[in-house]
Amino acid sequence: MTTLFAKNIKRLIPVIAALGMTAGVAGAAEPIKIGTFLAVTGPASFLGDPELKTLQLYVDKINSDGGVLGRKLELVHYDAQHKAKSAITFVKRLINQDKVDIIIGGSTTGTTMAVIKLVERAEIPFISFGGAGVITDPLKKWVFKTPHTDKLAVQKIYSDMKKRGLTKVGVISGAGGFDKSCRKNAQTLAGTMGMTIVADESYGKGDTDVTPQLTKIKNAKGIQAMLFCGFGASSSIVAKNFKQLGMKIAHYHSHGSASAKFIKGSDGAAEGVRLPAAALLVAEQLDDSNPQKAATMAYRKAYMAKYNEPISTFGGHAYDGLMIAVNAIKRAGSTDKAKVRDEIEKTSNFIGVDGIFTMSATDHLGLDEKSFVMVEVKNGTWKLLK
Amino acid sequence: MSAQFLQFLFSGITVGAIYALVGVGFSVIYNSSNVINFAQGEFVMIGGMATVFLSAAGVPLPLAIILAVLAAVIIGYLVEKLAIEPAKGSSVVNLIIITIGVSIFLRGLAQVVFDRNFHSLKAFSGTEPIQIAGASITTQSLWVIGGLVIATLVLGWFFNRTLTGKAMLATSYNKDAAKLVGINTGRILQLSFMIAAFLGAVSGILIAPIALTYANVGVMLGLKGFCAAMVGGLGNPMAAIAGGLLVGVAEALTAGYLSSAYKDAVAFIIILLVLFFMPSGLFGRKEVDKV
Amino acid sequence: MNNFLQARRAGLLMLALSMAVLPLLMVNSFHYDIAIMIGINAIVCVGLNLLIGYAGQVSLGHAGFFALGAYASTILTDSYGWPSIVAMLAGALLVGVLSFIVARPILRLKGHYLAMGTLGMGIIISIILNQEVDLTGGPDGMPVPSFVIFGWEPYGNQVWYWIVAIALFISVVVALNIVESPIGRALRSLHGSELAAGTMGVDTLRFKVLIFVVSAVMASLAGSLFAHYSGFLTPTEGDFFRSIEFVTMVVLGGMASTFGAVIGAAILTILPQILAAFHDYEMMMHGLVLMGIMIFMRKGLVPTISGWLRRKPS
Repeated sequence: MTTLFAKNIKRLIPVIAALGMTAGVAGAAEPIKIGTFLAVTGPASFLGDPELKTLQLYVDKINSDGGVLGRKLELVHYDAQHKAKSAITFVKRLINQDKVDIIIGGSTTGTTMAVIKLVERAEIPFISFGGAGVITDPLKKWVFKTPHTDKLAVQKIYSDMKKRGLTKVGVISGAGGFDKSCRKNAQTLAGTMGMTIVADESYGKGDTDVTPQLTKIKNAKGIQAMLFCGFGASSSIVAKNFKQLGMKIAHYHSHGSASAKFIKGSDGAAEGVRLPAAALLVAEQLDDSNPQKAATMAYRKAYMAKYNEPISTFGGHAYDGLMIAVNAIKRAGSTDKAKVRDEIEKTSNFIGVDGIFTMSATDHLGLDEKSFVMVEVKNGTWKLLK
Repeated sequence: MSAQFLQFLFSGITVGAIYALVGVGFSVIYNSSNVINFAQGEFVMIGGMATVFLSAAGVPLPLAIILAVLAAVIIGYLVEKLAIEPAKGSSVVNLIIITIGVSIFLRGLAQVVFDRNFHSLKAFSGTEPIQIAGASITTQSLWVIGGLVIATLVLGWFFNRTLTGKAMLATSYNKDAAKLVGINTGRILQLSFMIAAFLGAVSGILIAPIALTYANVGVMLGLKGFCAAMVGGLGNPMAAIAGGLLVGVAEALTAGYLSSAYKDAVAFIIILLVLFFMPSGLFGRKEVDKV
Repeated sequence: MNNFLQARRAGLLMLALSMAVLPLLMVNSFHYDIAIMIGINAIVCVGLNLLIGYAGQVSLGHAGFFALGAYASTILTDSYGWPSIVAMLAGALLVGVLSFIVARPILRLKGHYLAMGTLGMGIIISIILNQEVDLTGGPDGMPVPSFVIFGWEPYGNQVWYWIVAIALFISVVVALNIVESPIGRALRSLHGSELAAGTMGVDTLRFKVLIFVVSAVMASLAGSLFAHYSGFLTPTEGDFFRSIEFVTMVVLGGMASTFGAVIGAAILTILPQILAAFHDYEMMMHGLVLMGIMIFMRKGLVPTISGWLRRKPS
């Protein structure tokens, strides 16, 4: 018994020594920990799924190219769904338990807003993928975001309508946060941009048919255009019902419909739908002189090669968030949180997938209207409107 | 009757037929086991998703449909065998949690086996709607309504004319007596899950061109189907069909004439009213306390 | 009787001890966060257990009461500037009145009809919270002002830990007192057989209503604490799945066991943190765990395990 024990101990000694040494080595080049919490499952998975895939794809890519500052990246990910409570708990875990160097993500506005207090108090840089403008306006010291705001999207849509002489709009929106925020912008911007909302309808979670709502919109007095605020399967259901009712008014969607799945799921009914989208969606149609062309084409190629599915613009938010973070860490020369935060704020002319980012002490989004384009569905594919 | 009203009615009947098909599944299972199967919506999802993925993999559509339905039926059998049967004699709450566990498991499985995206099937007979008196209805809606009619007829025949069907009814009335006359109540239970899965999968395929399909498509449909079965009166498949149509039409009329924001609440308000004033559903039989 | 009092005292002592020792094991604020969430869930479960475990009545809508309390606190403090304590009590009063109004018709239902009735009620509350964007912020939620008790603002997870621990302890004491009161004994007779209790002259409905209101108010108070603690509130706190979560905690811990409810809350609150390691398989594992526990420990953890202990002479 004792001999066996002694033998084992002897055998263990080199192992322990080795462990100690690797620990020492690892100390010199500990991985840079990037924390993220996304809505990978649940009703907002159309956002979180491509976002996570994008992050995994590019973290691997960066690591096989030698990492950042000679250190590997390590992605620490939790699925917080669309739930604020889970987001709060997981962000506490990222900050206190996993001790990550930076947090990116938060697929929805709700989960992002829920953790802002935490990241501000912990003083850790945070780049959100949430849509609403309220995330960075009013400004928070440690909070940044990459997606265009929904306000910008509605502005884009309204200016396009006005160009075509359409001012009387019917709005249909779903029950999600994205939908409600878009609808609210549609209401408030209508006043300032000279539009009139003549019908305001909504539908519920998981609805399979919205013809009653569309019938009301169709019969609204003086109606000229319909704006749909929503995403996912509902985008296609609305388009199909629109066609079923033989509606002839202009048909606009929000950027929530900006995925190939929408066209495919609509079975031909998406023809003629106009929506604002990140340039990524029509990368191949951009002028060669457009500085974004190379970046968007490269992202698209890499994503489709790895996952064999069409890109959505939501994955692009994650690409931009990761790259802005990585570039800031490189410039800061360390993972010192305050330094990294300052460097993120100094992001200038970063050519991303969502657009060309130039942040400042007063602008933690750094995108302007130019990177957002209007597209129309034509012959089953996106057509860039110029 | 205005064209607008007719349009609301078409929508209500289409949606109601979907709820009815899901609701019948609840009823069939409840009948033979007193279990409310909260995973009923997942059978709908499996039917739709499996068909989409099989046909995307190159399997011809008719064969894909058959395979998808078969898969759902097998899963229905497994659910009964592995999750319900071992819990025999558990309380109502236990069984509710078990079937919710099944539902979560199947949704998780679908996200791994299939994906997290939404998909559509092409409409079976084209996308040109049919115009009737100024209102329009899609041909796919007719498929769904037709599916419901056939399901109603077949179920009616099954329960009233076949030995197995009669045995199932007998079991629902009195399990012990059924056992005494030599009915294998265990088999009946398995069969009821397979029938429910079959109905769910078929409706999932029929509605995929209308409602699309995705891993979570069954969540709300399941709840609404439960409403349908409840409004009609639990344990009576025909009442579930009536309940489904009632809920669908009420929702459509509410969305059309009152408030689309609170349309979803309607199904549940109807439920509460029915329960408060007719505690056994519109057409249900009374649940009697046994001493 | 003596036996019960002893067991009860021992149980309370155990609870107090474990709450006092727990901070020694927790090294960071994430651990505290989990402990606080356990405490808040446990308060709801202790109340719900009175209803499910003792009165034998299922409720698939208690998250609705939880969320109503949370939103009442949030809206009254945020939009109307009420003191937190007053807002919290107002929320509890609102929930108390509401639950009293719906209790009679709902509790007359039985079995699955009762499940459906409470489910419908919870879903209607959840729909209202989602739709009234101007009031509740809609699905994206709203920030919650800090909790202030007589000018003192609790800050940090350690302080919150003690607030929630004390609240939980009080809830447990209240629950145990109800269980041993004449009402409680009437309640236990209900679970045995309602018909028998009825013929003995026990006004069963009145007791059920009382317990329904008590459990709803406890959920509301826990909701208020949750809102102030987390600082941000979304309607998912009131949805169907949250209701199911509460019920599962109660059944998992063991019906008709107040301490079981606390343990059930602890396990199901920690579970997602463990399952997070499974990533893609997280949901499947979650479903399997629910099924497994309900099948193999159908009486719940505490009664099952204490059954084992009793069988094995140690």
